[in-house]
Amino acid sequence: MADPILAPVGPARRRLVSAAGAARLRWWASVSVAAVIVLAVVFVPLFAELDQRIVHLDDRLLGPSPAHPLGTDELGRDTLLRCVYGMRVSLLVGVVAAVVSTVIGTVVGATAGALGGWTDRVLARLVDVLASVPHLLLGIILVALFRPGPGAVIVSVGLTHWLSTARIVRAEVMSLRTRPFVDAAIAGGASRRRVTMRHFVPNVAPQAALAAVLAVPHAIWHESALSFLGLGMPPHLASLGTMIEDGRQALLTGHWWPAFAPGLFIVVPTLAIAGLAGAWRERIDPRGPGELRL
Amino acid sequence: MGAPGGVRDHVVNLRLRGLSVLVARRLAAAPVVLLAVTFLVFALGAASPFDPVRQYAGDAAFTASARNLEQIRAGLGADRPFVAQWWSWLGDALTGDLGASRSLRMPVGQVIGERLGWTVLLVSVAFVLTLVGGMALGILAARRRGGVLDRCVTGAMYTLEAAPVFWLALGAVWLFALRLDLLPAGGLTDTSASVVTADQVGAHLVLPAAVLAVSQLPWFVLYIRQSLIAALAEEHVLGARARGLRERTVLLRHALRSALLPFLTLLGSRVPELITGALLVETVFSWPGVASATVQAALALDFPLLTALTVLATAAVLIGNLAADVLYGLADPRVALDG
Repeated sequence: MADPILAPVGPARRRLVSAAGAARLRWWASVSVAAVIVLAVVFVPLFAELDQRIVHLDDRLLGPSPAHPLGTDELGRDTLLRCVYGMRVSLLVGVVAAVVSTVIGTVVGATAGALGGWTDRVLARLVDVLASVPHLLLGIILVALFRPGPGAVIVSVGLTHWLSTARIVRAEVMSLRTRPFVDAAIAGGASRRRVTMRHFVPNVAPQAALAAVLAVPHAIWHESALSFLGLGMPPHLASLGTMIEDGRQALLTGHWWPAFAPGLFIVVPTLAIAGLAGAWRERIDPRGPGELRL
Repeated sequence: MGAPGGVRDHVVNLRLRGLSVLVARRLAAAPVVLLAVTFLVFALGAASPFDPVRQYAGDAAFTASARNLEQIRAGLGADRPFVAQWWSWLGDALTGDLGASRSLRMPVGQVIGERLGWTVLLVSVAFVLTLVGGMALGILAARRRGGVLDRCVTGAMYTLEAAPVFWLALGAVWLFALRLDLLPAGGLTDTSASVVTADQVGAHLVLPAAVLAVSQLPWFVLYIRQSLIAALAEEHVLGARARGLRERTVLLRHALRSALLPFLTLLGSRVPELITGALLVETVFSWPGVASATVQAALALDFPLLTALTVLATAAVLIGNLAADVLYGLADPRVALDG
């Protein structure tokens, strides 16, 4: 509430914690969840090796217990350990795909914004065409045609998720073009390339970095949807989406944990990343809406 | 306001003219976008390792002679450059011949004819559910910003936004079909049923429509909440409060009105998300619509069906965008319509 006079004069509002306290709580919760995930993904494989080929048929579909906190799957493998490995695959694919899409988006957006004119118009039409095909549909076509696998998934996410980054970067460059320091650089004899590389790109970098961070959950989501449809990662590189698809059979016989656990490993990190991105957004643009958005 | 009727009519006429120019321009652009999308799909097909001849021949491709394979290739028209293939597909499509679906073994037109209705049914029921639920939850959350209810609703929405829809769908199957045994787990009718009856379809529709609706809910709730909070800070709401109107009247009659306007106009732009949701929900629930057919076509590399369904999805997105623009132009007189 910016102005207390305009605040609703309804019944007194009770708050559990102050707004600043809630923001701090959200920040620390996001940081610690993200830290736990990163540590788990990096260090757990050093101590507990998971061989996807080894099966323990005696231990199949055991419920959650102290030995297996999230139970075992239909081949007797520990669900929690598989989730950590699946998270590793999903996170790696997600981060690489997010970087790819951010690079494409930044290059296209900066080119359109810096050159303007016909280039801008042609690129804008290209964005319009790509934006009118639903992302997942285009992703499905790409992966189906280029054979499922990590490469195809990364390309599919990278090629479908750069549109919003390109729009943001283009708008930012357009507004930078009208600033006095750019006029000064041009008056000082700087070439178009130099103005772009020295003035435009560094100034849009925070926005692009934010877009990249926000693209990670999207990429993970997209990858898991493709894998769930049987168009993503191969079985020996099971991602969280593959695991949910695997768990579907067990679910129909009443064993919920093999499908439930990997979904949890998608939801919690996504919320943590959104929390981090929200805090970063408030730092680079304090006037903008302070709500965390996905 | 006492403005002479003639001037008013003139202004209205000008706006309607601007609106029809916008519609005409969008309608002229739509075929170009659709053409570009089909071209893109054919170009991707040509660039990919996918070979229609090997698919056609199946296992026989490994033993067949090179000459036979070439004959098949020529027979399928796959020996021509992809632009020529695209052009002849386009010619056929414009005369109503969309080719034959290999995976479903029937003409593509027939596949779409049989399945489109089920998808429209599913998506529209889900859309209405989301709209009603989203408004209710959004209003509840915005009523006391920062209160317990607001925190709960907002937190739940962020969590839902993060949850994959197919995961929610599996959860719903487990809870309502397996544990509680209230609703069927998938399909359009019971497997024993020989005819499609309304109550069968109704019972089978509940879970997929509810899951699709819930997956769309976060955007609706958060958007309504946000714009209602903004509206509550506006001066006309302060004026209404100053007149001593009841809280409910202020909220629903004064604040909600100005908050809903931008929201209603944005509904058309939700089509891509609905299609994405339908792709996954229809697959989980084996709903016999066009979205599950798209996934099957992709898995089987059924190129004619995949192309036609992509065009269909793109057309739906374009119609949604057009509706959003028209409503926006009609609702807000400040929007320039000649853009």
